Amino acid sequence: MMSEAIKIESADLLDTLRKARDEEGYTLLLDITAIDNLYKSHPPMTRFELVYVLRHSNFKDTRIYKVPVSDPKTGVETVSGLFSSADWAEREVYDQYGIHFQNHKMLKRVLNHEEFIGHPLRKDYEITKGQYCTVSQDMMDEMQPLLDARNLDMEKDELMIVNLGPSHPASHGTIRTLVALDGETIVAAASEIGYLHRGFEKSCENHNYNQIIPYTDRLNYCSALMNNIAFAKTAEDMLGVTLPDRGIFIRIILAELSRVIDHLVCLAAGLLDMGGQTNYWYLFNPRNNAYDFLSKLTGARLTNSYMRIGGMAYDLYDGWESDLEDVLVKIDFGITESLKMITHNRIYNDRIQDVSPVSAKQAIDYGFTGPNLRASGVAYDLRFSDPYYYYDTFDFNMVVGSVGDTYDRMMVRFEEMNESMKIIRQAMKRIPDGEINVPDKRIILPNKNCVYGGIEGMMNQFKLVIDGVKVPEGEHYGAFEAANGELGFYIVSDGSGTPYKVKVRAPSFYHLSAYPKIIEHYQVADAIMTLGSLNIIAGEMDR
Amino acid sequence: MDLSNTNLLDEAIVTTKIDAVVNWGREASLWPFVFGTACCAIEFMATAASRYDISRFGAEVLRFSPRHADLLVVAGTVSYKQAPILKQIYDQMPEPKWVIAVGACASSGGFYDNYTTLQGIDEIVPVDVYVAGCPPRPEAILDAVMDIQRQLKREPKFEVRNTDFKGKLDDV
Ligand code: SF4
Repeated sequence: MMSEAIKIESADLLDTLRKARDEEGYTLLLDITAIDNLYKSHPPMTRFELVYVLRHSNFKDTRIYKVPVSDPKTGVETVSGLFSSADWAEREVYDQYGIHFQNHKMLKRVLNHEEFIGHPLRKDYEITKGQYCTVSQDMMDEMQPLLDARNLDMEKDELMIVNLGPSHPASHGTIRTLVALDGETIVAAASEIGYLHRGFEKSCENHNYNQIIPYTDRLNYCSALMNNIAFAKTAEDMLGVTLPDRGIFIRIILAELSRVIDHLVCLAAGLLDMGGQTNYWYLFNPRNNAYDFLSKLTGARLTNSYMRIGGMAYDLYDGWESDLEDVLVKIDFGITESLKMITHNRIYNDRIQDVSPVSAKQAIDYGFTGPNLRASGVAYDLRFSDPYYYYDTFDFNMVVGSVGDTYDRMMVRFEEMNESMKIIRQAMKRIPDGEINVPDKRIILPNKNCVYGGIEGMMNQFKLVIDGVKVPEGEHYGAFEAANGELGFYIVSDGSGTPYKVKVRAPSFYHLSAYPKIIEHYQVADAIMTLGSLNIIAGEMDR
Repeated sequence: MDLSNTNLLDEAIVTTKIDAVVNWGREASLWPFVFGTACCAIEFMATAASRYDISRFGAEVLRFSPRHADLLVVAGTVSYKQAPILKQIYDQMPEPKWVIAVGACASSGGFYDNYTTLQGIDEIVPVDVYVAGCPPRPEAILDAVMDIQRQLKREPKFEVRNTDFKGKLDDV
């Protein structure tokens, strides 16, 4: 299965996207990226092509537009006037590929530092060519227009500029937000990211598909297995294979367990930020029990690298059911105890209710997905709208909030953990016996008896390890309901064992791009809680 | 021995060296500043939480201002973009100070051998203990803290440490 892209000319871009949004219902701009065709064996007419991925408001259909760019210096017209999510997405394309977007309000680098020369995702940029950064930017070039637009003056209005981050206990990783304060109230804010940009996409172009699995672990490192699964599934879709049922059930169980762990970390840290240290212990300790289970199964606590293209490293161990049941009981206990302390707690409720609400329309415009979008009352969950892996046969509910404030974002996560545990318990009952990997020699390594016992098996192993799994030529956008929202991989394959290009559609990237706007008019202490409730994971956001 | 008994030593006098007394005190009261950037920081959180409980080693007073800390724990990948910030934090810490590089990334860049990642924080700041692992288990981080404690016992007088270190960003 490959995604079909619609080719349009750059002159028609704006009109086509406006029509798609207003008349055809493609309201959510998921991602923008570019392809550098320099090393393609049959290069198209232009070196660069832009890719726009949109999602329909039925949340099932995706549409992909491809726009050839004749001259990167002139580029194309910006669509940030139509979709707010395009703002940072276009900046990233500019940063990584050097493609210009006309009339973009603030077209500057977003992932790489300001002293960086060149555009790293261009094929002729050498992967190891690092460049030192000597000073951090002051970001007043972003702040000043914001102040001007609000008719504010630093001196006259007695404003104070404060840096929240990049190294700040409540910034949950290295994220920087520059805020202009009037007393305690934030009147304008601008965020800077890229401090944890680790070149995921460039690394993908230099490793074969199975070697990329460990890199995916480190995208959202609070739910590593889920990224494994999302990436492997996208490659499998391109190969046109599906796992045997046992493999699928193992994936469901581990994905849902990862979702629970992710939410536990988010809530534990969020509550710790507001002084709820006891909640931190209650929520964080069962996570350790889950890690015990995972390390017994996969050998690692955090970065599991358990999945492979076409399956997984090995089957579940004997006695896993009781271990997992034990973990679930402990998590249940942690959630119950934690909820007891906060449900009727005035400090908790008063501090976060009606703080930084995001309406459904705004949330879609910003490109929100996952729990943050559902908190705003939008019933979008890929497990319901486009059920993969038998999700339609499980009995569980979608958790939806109402006003999309910090309270909703946190409570949606609390409830989702219960729903995920329901799925795990059902899957534990239903899991069949049998194979876990696709029975295909071109994808899965032969077992060790064959490798050591015969030349055919040995050659098979050798070819797979050296060349990698050969994915048919084409392009595909694969989406997965990860803990933080829609995690998408846009993979371009040239038919070899190494992807020509991989682009991650990272939910946190879009959540943070809205952050400076939604904390305005609230206090610094509220902004900290809002950041915690959005669950920004820097590894995934900066890639 | 019951330490609550203040008369334990009675009128006795103990002779020792001032370094020994000071280092004895320091050893059990390291104040870490955690420069947590990535996955390794999540494992540091586990180290600080109750099961692994870093306070058993007297290093639980996590400081959020470098000016209050004497142990810099760099947990996670440090990119070129972050390097000046790391240096600034290190410079803000008062002497004497120690540095732990937690995990493959902080120690050597890890498997991010690419255009974004600093190939080990020792290009920027001097490192006392490197911890292997990606991420290291909490036990390994505790072991590194104990390593620092062992090292610090042997420290001579009240000297500024690492005066001859020259980092890549020191002259710019
Ligand atoms: S060493 Fe591994 S776990 Fe630690 S920050 Fe680097 S990639 Fe993440």
